[in-house]
Amino acid sequence: MNAKIRFILAVGVLVLLMTGPFGLTAAIVYADLDAAGRAAFMADMDRWLPIGGLMTVVGLFLGLQLLRALFKQYVQGLMAMAETLRLMLGANRNFRVAPEGPPEVQELARAANDLAQQRDALLDDVEARIAQANASVEEEKNRLAALMSELALGVVVCNLDGRILLYNNRARLQFKALAQGPSAMSGGALIGLGRSIFSMLERAQITHALENIRQRLEKGSAEPVANFITTTRAGQLLRAQMAPVLSNPGEAAEEARITGYVLTIENITKSFEREAQRDQALQSLTDGSRSSLGNLRAAVEMLRDNPDMEGELRERFVGIIDDETARMSARLQQTTSEFADSLKTRWPLEDVLGMDVIAAAQRRIEDKLRLATKSETLDDGLWIRADSFALIQAITFLASRLQDHYDIRELRFRLLAEGQMAFIDLIWSGTTVSSETLYTWELEAMSVGGDTSPLTLRDVAQRHGGEIWYQREKAAHRAFFRFVLPVAATPVTQPGEARPVPHGESRPEYYDFNLFNFSDTRIDLDRKLTEVAYSVFDTETTGLEPSAGDEIIQIGAVRAINGRLLRQEVIDQLIDPRIPLKPEGIPIHGITEDMVRGQPTIDVVLPVFHEFCADTVLVAHNAAFDMRFLQLKEESTGLKFDQPVLDTLLLSAVIHPNQESHKLEAIAARLGINVIGRHTALGDAFVTGEVFLKMIPLLAEMGIHTLRQALEAAEKTYYARVKY
Amino acid sequence: MTKKILIVDDEPNIVLSLEFMMKKEGFAVAVAADGDAALEQVAAFAPDLVLLDVMMPKKSGYEVCQLLRADPARAGLKIVMLTAKGRETEVAKGIALGADAYVTKPFSTKDLVAQVKLLLA
Repeated sequence: MNAKIRFILAVGVLVLLMTGPFGLTAAIVYADLDAAGRAAFMADMDRWLPIGGLMTVVGLFLGLQLLRALFKQYVQGLMAMAETLRLMLGANRNFRVAPEGPPEVQELARAANDLAQQRDALLDDVEARIAQANASVEEEKNRLAALMSELALGVVVCNLDGRILLYNNRARLQFKALAQGPSAMSGGALIGLGRSIFSMLERAQITHALENIRQRLEKGSAEPVANFITTTRAGQLLRAQMAPVLSNPGEAAEEARITGYVLTIENITKSFEREAQRDQALQSLTDGSRSSLGNLRAAVEMLRDNPDMEGELRERFVGIIDDETARMSARLQQTTSEFADSLKTRWPLEDVLGMDVIAAAQRRIEDKLRLATKSETLDDGLWIRADSFALIQAITFLASRLQDHYDIRELRFRLLAEGQMAFIDLIWSGTTVSSETLYTWELEAMSVGGDTSPLTLRDVAQRHGGEIWYQREKAAHRAFFRFVLPVAATPVTQPGEARPVPHGESRPEYYDFNLFNFSDTRIDLDRKLTEVAYSVFDTETTGLEPSAGDEIIQIGAVRAINGRLLRQEVIDQLIDPRIPLKPEGIPIHGITEDMVRGQPTIDVVLPVFHEFCADTVLVAHNAAFDMRFLQLKEESTGLKFDQPVLDTLLLSAVIHPNQESHKLEAIAARLGINVIGRHTALGDAFVTGEVFLKMIPLLAEMGIHTLRQALEAAEKTYYARVKY
Repeated sequence: MTKKILIVDDEPNIVLSLEFMMKKEGFAVAVAADGDAALEQVAAFAPDLVLLDVMMPKKSGYEVCQLLRADPARAGLKIVMLTAKGRETEVAKGIALGADAYVTKPFSTKDLVAQVKLLLA
């Protein structure tokens, strides 16, 4: 019931109260009188009623005034105060209620003001604390950034899907140096926030290292890290150390989960080459000399022990001595001058628990080959020096060969130690293998299913300074392959607290820890626009008709992710179109004949651009035009740009359907973006990127949140129907 | 009865010494220069002991050894591996594949003769 109705009701009650008792009394008196009395009463009433009525009306008027005054002060006054209190609660914190009206209401206002005062003090305190905390986070962030950039090691942090969340300058330089030829033009295009580490490092190797770390964590190892050596496509040798990034375990004593990993990467190609050369020199001198020395020693002993040897035979022994000393001299000469030319490299090894290697191999064999495995005697404290990745590959390869050629049903594993040697045996019963078979397998490149390794079993054995052979256990009707590997000293492990501290979130130049939440690298159309990685690009061309022979002369591209344009992750490349430039185009793009001559051609640049764009959504202004050029190159380069494409021109038409112009400048002006460096491909890509990022919230206001929705909306606009 | 020794090595410089030495000790000697020839000679010459080099063309000494051991008719044949490969793993491999002795170059001829005599005793 609102105040007005209550007021009217109150007035009604007042009227009744003032007239009711009088009327009722008159009616009772009248009813009690006889006929004569009634006539006298009516006569009296006629005389006195006007005065009584007047007095009643006056009284009623005064009562009404009183009621109104009370209503105004108590009801309306309190309602007004409630409004000001609401204002204080939200819009204007500093507003205070003016103490007006009757003392009770004033008292209430003062109490409310006091409460507000107290609240303000609390809020100020909280704000101060937040500011303080932010400042310390900022400081930490800067310190971390400085630390990272100073590091002499390349550091890359990835989430479990292999997306790069952080990298430092050294890592960028390292991968840039690795990038062959044209890849270098993109400033190490391979590395970038949100990009996949697997474009640089082998996926299987990373997975394997992670698996090792998991096992170490389960065992409560104080140092749950994995080391591995890997070669890049360019043939460089990288030593990587992987350490896990663990989730905050929280209050409950639950296990810390791995949410990502830190890779420290060092290019050891140079130092490794030197080391390998020294090794080889040493080996060629020792092993190579043995044979000659053996021949010499035997010949000398023959001569010594047979002084009466006849002349011709004696001459032959002296000839051997002559020959072998000459050979040893020559070898010494050769090894010192040109050692290790084409010699196979030996691999740095890591200490691993033999059981872990076998367990991993068993899992892999069961997964990949669907072949049952069992363990027999396993020496559970045996550490071996091994390249576990290659070793597991070798074991799996042997298992697959046995399965393919001998149809074995089950493979058993045995791990034994003998002195400084560890034996890993792969045992099967039934069919025996001819000894030649292993010699053939030893020299084949190992392949299991689709995975092919450039290494052979022999290489793996040599890498480990080990051997491999085939043996039969006749009594038990079974046979086995035996890997012999060097034993490692048992490391002392202390289950301890030295676990890596979970990293906080912060985002200076090369980081974006928010990407921890990004999952899977595939582009999912139902993913939110704010969560997708984009490659924004633009091209400059000789003309407007790709089908009439016009060519791309410049590509500019920049990555955008998590609402940021990553201006250090770009491609900015001129291209030799191998046709003359049209004079009318030169004033527009400002690119002259001199500038493009000697630049790489499109078939060199396009693969780099393709790699840059991998796993990202393409964004361009009037994308249909640029895409047409790219599509015309599909056949000659074999590169398909089949990822989703968002067009800022179409999206602008979605957002502002009633605007006349959807040119890039016009949109930029509408969205308040400063345009610098237009009409270079990269400059335009920057503007397009800025425009696009501003459009995302505007699209969200229209209910367009996902990639699919954006693509569908763009398709429905008028402009989408204009085709090139 | 004269014991027969087959020398298998592709290096004439060691073969001459071994041949001379073994003949002097009163053994009948035959020579093979590679793995295939060794298998033929084992069949033709029927030696009591084979001095087997590891690094040879065609078939390696390991392979020859394993093939010889696979033949039950030759269970009594003694095999001495002679090699320039001296690592522990290689010695283990030779013994595992059935060699009776594994001699690393350079070796003392006297010791070798003693070893051979011991095996043939």
